[in-house]
Amino acid sequence: MAVIEIKQVAKNFGAFTALHSVDLTIADQEFMVLLGASGCGKTTLLRIIAGLETPTAGEVWIGGRRVDHLPPRERGIAMVFQNYAVFPHLTVFENIAFGLRMKKMDQAEVTRRVTRTAELMHIEQLLKRYSGELSGGQRQRVAVARALAMEPDVILMDEPLSNLDALLRLEMRAELKGVLAESNTTTIYVTHDQVEAMSLADRISVMNGGRIVQAANPVEVYRNPAARFVGSFIGNPPMNFLTATPVGPGKWQVAGQTYDGPHAQAAEFAVRPEDLHPADHGLPAEVRVVEPLGPHTLVTTTVAGQPFRAVLESTLMPRPGDVIHLAPVPDRIRWFDPATQTALC
Amino acid sequence: MSEPSVRRAGNRVFIAGVALLILWVLLPIWLLFVNALSAPAEVTGFPKRFIPSFDLASLSFFFGFSGVIDALWNSVKVAALTMILSIGVGAPAGYALSRFDFPGKETFRFLVVMTRAFPLPLLALPLAVMFIRTGLDDTIIGLALVHTTLALPFAVLITYSLFSGIPLELEEAAWTLGCNRVQAFTKVILPLAAPGIAASAVFAFVISWNEVFAAAVLTVENRTLTAFLLQSLDVSPLPLKFAGGAALVLPALFFIFAVRKYLFAMWGIANR
Amino acid sequence: MPRLLPYLLLLPATAFLCLFFLYPFVQVAHDSVMRGGVYTLENFTRMAGHWKFSTAFWNTMLLAAVVVPVQLAMALTMASIVTKLQRGRSSILYIFAIPLGISDLAAGLIWLSVFEQSGFLNSLLVGLGVVDRPILLLGYQNTWVIFIAIALAEVWRATAIMMVILVAGMGLIPKEYGEAADVFGASRWQKFRRVTLPMLKPSLQTALILRVILAFEVFAVVVALGGTQLPVLMSETYHWQFAMQERGVAAAYAMVILAVSVAFTILILRLLHVPKGARV
Ligand SMILES: Nc1ncnc2c1ncn2[C@@H]1O[C@H](COP(=O)(O)OP(=O)(O)O)[C@@H](O)[C@H]1O
Ligand SMILES: [Mg+2]
Repeated sequence: MAVIEIKQVAKNFGAFTALHSVDLTIADQEFMVLLGASGCGKTTLLRIIAGLETPTAGEVWIGGRRVDHLPPRERGIAMVFQNYAVFPHLTVFENIAFGLRMKKMDQAEVTRRVTRTAELMHIEQLLKRYSGELSGGQRQRVAVARALAMEPDVILMDEPLSNLDALLRLEMRAELKGVLAESNTTTIYVTHDQVEAMSLADRISVMNGGRIVQAANPVEVYRNPAARFVGSFIGNPPMNFLTATPVGPGKWQVAGQTYDGPHAQAAEFAVRPEDLHPADHGLPAEVRVVEPLGPHTLVTTTVAGQPFRAVLESTLMPRPGDVIHLAPVPDRIRWFDPATQTALC
Repeated sequence: MSEPSVRRAGNRVFIAGVALLILWVLLPIWLLFVNALSAPAEVTGFPKRFIPSFDLASLSFFFGFSGVIDALWNSVKVAALTMILSIGVGAPAGYALSRFDFPGKETFRFLVVMTRAFPLPLLALPLAVMFIRTGLDDTIIGLALVHTTLALPFAVLITYSLFSGIPLELEEAAWTLGCNRVQAFTKVILPLAAPGIAASAVFAFVISWNEVFAAAVLTVENRTLTAFLLQSLDVSPLPLKFAGGAALVLPALFFIFAVRKYLFAMWGIANR
Repeated sequence: MPRLLPYLLLLPATAFLCLFFLYPFVQVAHDSVMRGGVYTLENFTRMAGHWKFSTAFWNTMLLAAVVVPVQLAMALTMASIVTKLQRGRSSILYIFAIPLGISDLAAGLIWLSVFEQSGFLNSLLVGLGVVDRPILLLGYQNTWVIFIAIALAEVWRATAIMMVILVAGMGLIPKEYGEAADVFGASRWQKFRRVTLPMLKPSLQTALILRVILAFEVFAVVVALGGTQLPVLMSETYHWQFAMQERGVAAAYAMVILAVSVAFTILILRLLHVPKGARV
């Protein structure tokens, strides 16, 4: 039972503000992913929740208890570190047992829990080894097992997969998802990898410049970005943006085409590259680069002098210099306020 | 000459150079031990042989000489005390420097590094007076305090680099697993730093063991071995001097061997 | 509490250094200008007026001037060797480092066994037929032999400190720089001169400062090999403190050693200045 509430948490490092008044509520047993570019404050927020960093302002509540003045050990959390932090002077068994021994648990219970979590993470054959004798992936498993063995209310993970090679990352990702779904902990998971975020999260909090820009489920974040930044950060290739000029109430002209849009002073037109298809009437796009990627073809163009990408069927193969017309799927068009950079309805 | 033969010739010069340098370091020590392990008559006799006769008369003369055993024992006591004091006082400071950012940190580091730019043994002069006032004159503790001043900067800088080498993440992991600061230190940091701390302790021991000037200035009755040898230099016979020299050198050989892995942590800490 | 913790941890060391480092320095400075209860420069005039002062001063300087450059060259050679070695590296490093653990007094005694009249050098000279009977090497007639013996003992004893610092410094230089120099066709000497040496500056700085200061403190080696025949600053300090019971003059000597040490530290820092952005 652990709802996590973050209330107006801010953090300054000297004159530099790493977090500006962050508010976030994470439901019990939810898998929350903090996603954002490197340096946006994800780790700082996670460490404040863990108690490894003190916030400059604001409150942290875990399971209905205010914890921001408590040391890490009294918060009911467990953490998986980016570099695993497997103790080099202890065997894998003793690493996993470390937290249990701190709780003065009796030996039989320690052995039972260590064995169970080790089996869960498929490292039961490594229990006698030291961390120097483990591969990166194995250390990763030990770190997760050590956290799980605590049966904590909350598990915090800081880019736990970022030091693994691509294939192993894929495998561990699926495994983590399975293991954590079965336990009934609340999870906060930090990553800069949007695919990882999409695949794991119940909800994603997209962060930028020390702020949470949007917190929503993965599909929502992808389809309805709350801010221009979210659209440009999530999706590969990212969302396209074009300037629009008003030509009547709710009518906007974009590169010579007229679309229905919001009733507003100013707006920016946005559409995802895969929501475009070639048509007789559409945005006139001058082809620059054509990249056949197998399942589809990525076409980089300019529309009214602005860069514009489209993901097209791989049967289509325009040539650089061609001018093609791209029509957006009408209900996939999004509008942003150029001043506030936030979504307009 | 062809390329490979130039290289081979170069290699030979290199090996000869290394051999020469090894000889340069070891030969004088060998000669000292030749003297220490020969009978007094051989030590004062002429010409010298370059191998010892393994006659222990010089050594037993040395150990039987009045005051030697006491001096030796004093040396051990002062050095052991110096070791304990400098690690006990230095390691917490090294830990603080490696783990915290706080105002005054650079000032402290500067103070510590600056001590190396001063001729520290001179401190013994004013301290001699202070010790007389406080009753610490001619005591083991008084001398150990001065030797600790010599060893402390090293203890601080060595433990600083040791603790810095242990990722903060390990300590934080311990905190999240239920440790308080002290427990995390004793269960995680200490086991990992222990060999290095032991090495710097040995190093403090060596500094004290070898120190001559302050020991000679501050002790009268309770002389250490170095002070004893120095003050009897112009009166004692050669066999005594050489046996004493050997007694000073022998532990040093073991000490340096024991700490060889950590030599760089000790001296490599340039002013970075 | 967490805010105070670092200060708490530093407190013992700071208190210690204040009591046994800062205070004595203030005291020795004070003693040097105090005589019979009044502030005066008489200690200094007495010191400078004594015939041994300038001898002691110049002996110390000359000794440093001879010993330090030789040591620098040897330490660089030894460090290069150790860095270059693949096999036997740690044993050779240990052997080179042995003198690090040997006190100046023991070093003096070691070289005494070589230079005394019935010593190994005379045995060798007679054995080779260079001289027909042992000669008095460490006598007052030829203080230059005493000087050479002291210099040799100092070089032998204290090169190890520099070597270890330099080996550590060389270990910090990334290999790629040397490899890059290879690619551009630099010879071994050019590589050493243009890549290794400049990047070694911070370590050279530390090594030189430490070494030069120790050179001004030379004491037991001199006493062991020369007795009172070759006065140096430190032995005079000791002499005034004990034999003459003139603490003020001894303090004045201490101030001279201190001044010379600080002057050279500053000089070395200036000469080997490394701009902040140019550190490895
Ligand atoms: N201890 C610190 N001192 C000063 N600045 C810091 C400190 N920790 C983090 N920062 C700064 O705060 C910002 C956010 O850091 P972090 O939370 O680690 O980012 P992320 O994990 O998203 O990459 C960065 O710009 C970083 O430079
Ligand atoms: Mg981070």
